Amino acid sequence: MDIPRRQFDSLIIGAGGGGLRAALQLSNADASVAVVSKVFPTRSHTVAAQGGMNAALANVLPDNWHWHMFDTVKGSDYLGDQDAIEYMCRAAPKAVYELEHFGVPFSRLDNGRIYQRPFGGQSQNFGGDQAARTCAAADRTGHAILHSLYQQNIRAKTHFFDEYFAVDLLKDDEGYVLGALAFNIHNGEPVLIEAKTTLLATGGAGQIFRTTTNALINTGDGMAMALRAGVPLMDMEFFQFHPTGIAGRGMLITEGARGEGGYLVNADGERLMERYAPKAKDLASRDVVSRSIAIEVREGRGCGPNKDHVMLKLDHLGEDVIQKRLPGIRQTCITFLGIDPAEAPIPIFPTLHYTMGGIPTNRFGQVVVPVKDTPEEPVPGLYAAGECACVSVHGANRLGGNSLLDILVFGRAAANHIIDYLKENHHHRAMNDSSLESAVARMQRWDNNGSGDGETISDLRNELKTVMEEHCSVFRNDEVLGEGVTKVEQLVERFKNARISDHSDVFNTARVEALELENMMGVALATIESAYARKESRGAHSRTDYTERDDKNWMRHSLYSFEAGVDYKPVRTKPMSVDSFPPKARVY
Amino acid sequence: MPLPVEYSEYKWRCRRGMLELDILLNSYLDKNYKTMTREQGTAFDEILDYPDQVLLDLLMGNMQSSDQSVNMIVKRIREAVTS
Repeated sequence: MDIPRRQFDSLIIGAGGGGLRAALQLSNADASVAVVSKVFPTRSHTVAAQGGMNAALANVLPDNWHWHMFDTVKGSDYLGDQDAIEYMCRAAPKAVYELEHFGVPFSRLDNGRIYQRPFGGQSQNFGGDQAARTCAAADRTGHAILHSLYQQNIRAKTHFFDEYFAVDLLKDDEGYVLGALAFNIHNGEPVLIEAKTTLLATGGAGQIFRTTTNALINTGDGMAMALRAGVPLMDMEFFQFHPTGIAGRGMLITEGARGEGGYLVNADGERLMERYAPKAKDLASRDVVSRSIAIEVREGRGCGPNKDHVMLKLDHLGEDVIQKRLPGIRQTCITFLGIDPAEAPIPIFPTLHYTMGGIPTNRFGQVVVPVKDTPEEPVPGLYAAGECACVSVHGANRLGGNSLLDILVFGRAAANHIIDYLKENHHHRAMNDSSLESAVARMQRWDNNGSGDGETISDLRNELKTVMEEHCSVFRNDEVLGEGVTKVEQLVERFKNARISDHSDVFNTARVEALELENMMGVALATIESAYARKESRGAHSRTDYTERDDKNWMRHSLYSFEAGVDYKPVRTKPMSVDSFPPKARVY
Repeated sequence: MPLPVEYSEYKWRCRRGMLELDILLNSYLDKNYKTMTREQGTAFDEILDYPDQVLLDLLMGNMQSSDQSVNMIVKRIREAVTS
């Protein structure tokens, strides 16, 4: 197959905040940069981030980066790497000021300084009073950041491959990453993009679960590409769930609904939280509420024809209160369910929100893998940043306001390391034919699969998402996870017999969805295998059979690879310049 | 008259950065593509070029367009998601 070739200094796969921040840094340093994105860049999932980004600016209340670091280490349930966390918290104010200069319209205080709002998990003075650390551009911070960065990249002449799908990384026999094979979704034309460095910035993998707040594009493409290139995925058992998503749809119903007096009921009309948290009831912590809902459904007290959700009642609050205090929730329910919560209850199930695990990197954005006795050997030419990466600043649990910060700080850090790498690596390495051939074969599989009987992509995708929800969401124990591992393995096997009937070249979304499903299968396997293996509860990984955190045996990162299964590496507990925060009970 | 854009192209352009838009736009497309008039197809084509946040504001009723054809397609999309 004769494939057109393009050469760049740096290839970036993914055009959300992490990818665009890196691209801008590189283009401004006169590197030639290609950004490949399967959707138009400003339709990346960063656009959905509403809350804001943390930085210890101390504009509203006293603050400093060290307190921010403490909160992040504690929030991570001591699984975060403390060198990376220190780096991020120190870099945060500069990241905010840079965005301001790029044109992000941060909300202001009366004195002209950047407004900062308090978020959960933020404290002054190492666990003291509430801090106010989150900078926001009204309720559309992600949108503002993404659009500003995109405009800046256009100015800086970054080259965009819009609506191109990256198939696989290309590697030579010495382990150098040489770029990627991609194809144009418009016409199916492949392109070989050769690059001295490749940065994966493809976002999270929320689509592997049935109920998720994540957009359809979040299929874990970069993570799966890394897996296939022999890079193990790290801490994939840690996914953050929100207890009250709209069942079957995924959108969030904020805690504010329960704060105003809303409560959850099961099929028998019982206030279920009275059983699980007699004091706090519906205002118990997120993980307790999530698990309680899952138990009700598992034990047959779920609502609806499939008994697969519970109900959130708000109607007793009255229409006036709902319209005044919860107008957004009312609008969401009317739009997506045709239900007015002033008149009828809302169907609810825990919804997956954020992927803490991902492609292991160091704080320079270099992808690192274990080699013999070295746990973190950089893969030459390969970088990752953002939600697809695991640097690891979120550890077992991400704090609100730290995800936009993560993508911007480490997108920039990766680009800075790439700039130094390019100074010492002037030439493209020779393309590796066997690596290219296997990438081409993976792409062409869907053109050559005949028209015989086989599994359909949509059936397999729905089954995978259901298995992950039933076996690997908020209710986890040995039995449930073990069955789930078997079921996912069976789905992976059945996928080998999958077929698509559309073999056209123009906007062949069936082929894209097939490639995405293959990516989701790999990421799901990494997730459930890592969850099955971790015999403790820590952060978002909560098990009913191992209910306590076990620092002695489990304060370590999981690594899952196709070749070796689950392995582990130590947490980096030594910060860059300050003393370590030793593990303590995580109470608020 | 044929629609300005084939189903598969519409389908890809309905992939957005927000789940809310994915659900709204795909519901409308899947339920209406076969019966879409050229005028409706053109209006749908046009709003798919809007930025995600603007589209969300329109579809959630936080904003109204001065163009009646846009308001009409917005109404039809909102109806499709719960029909």
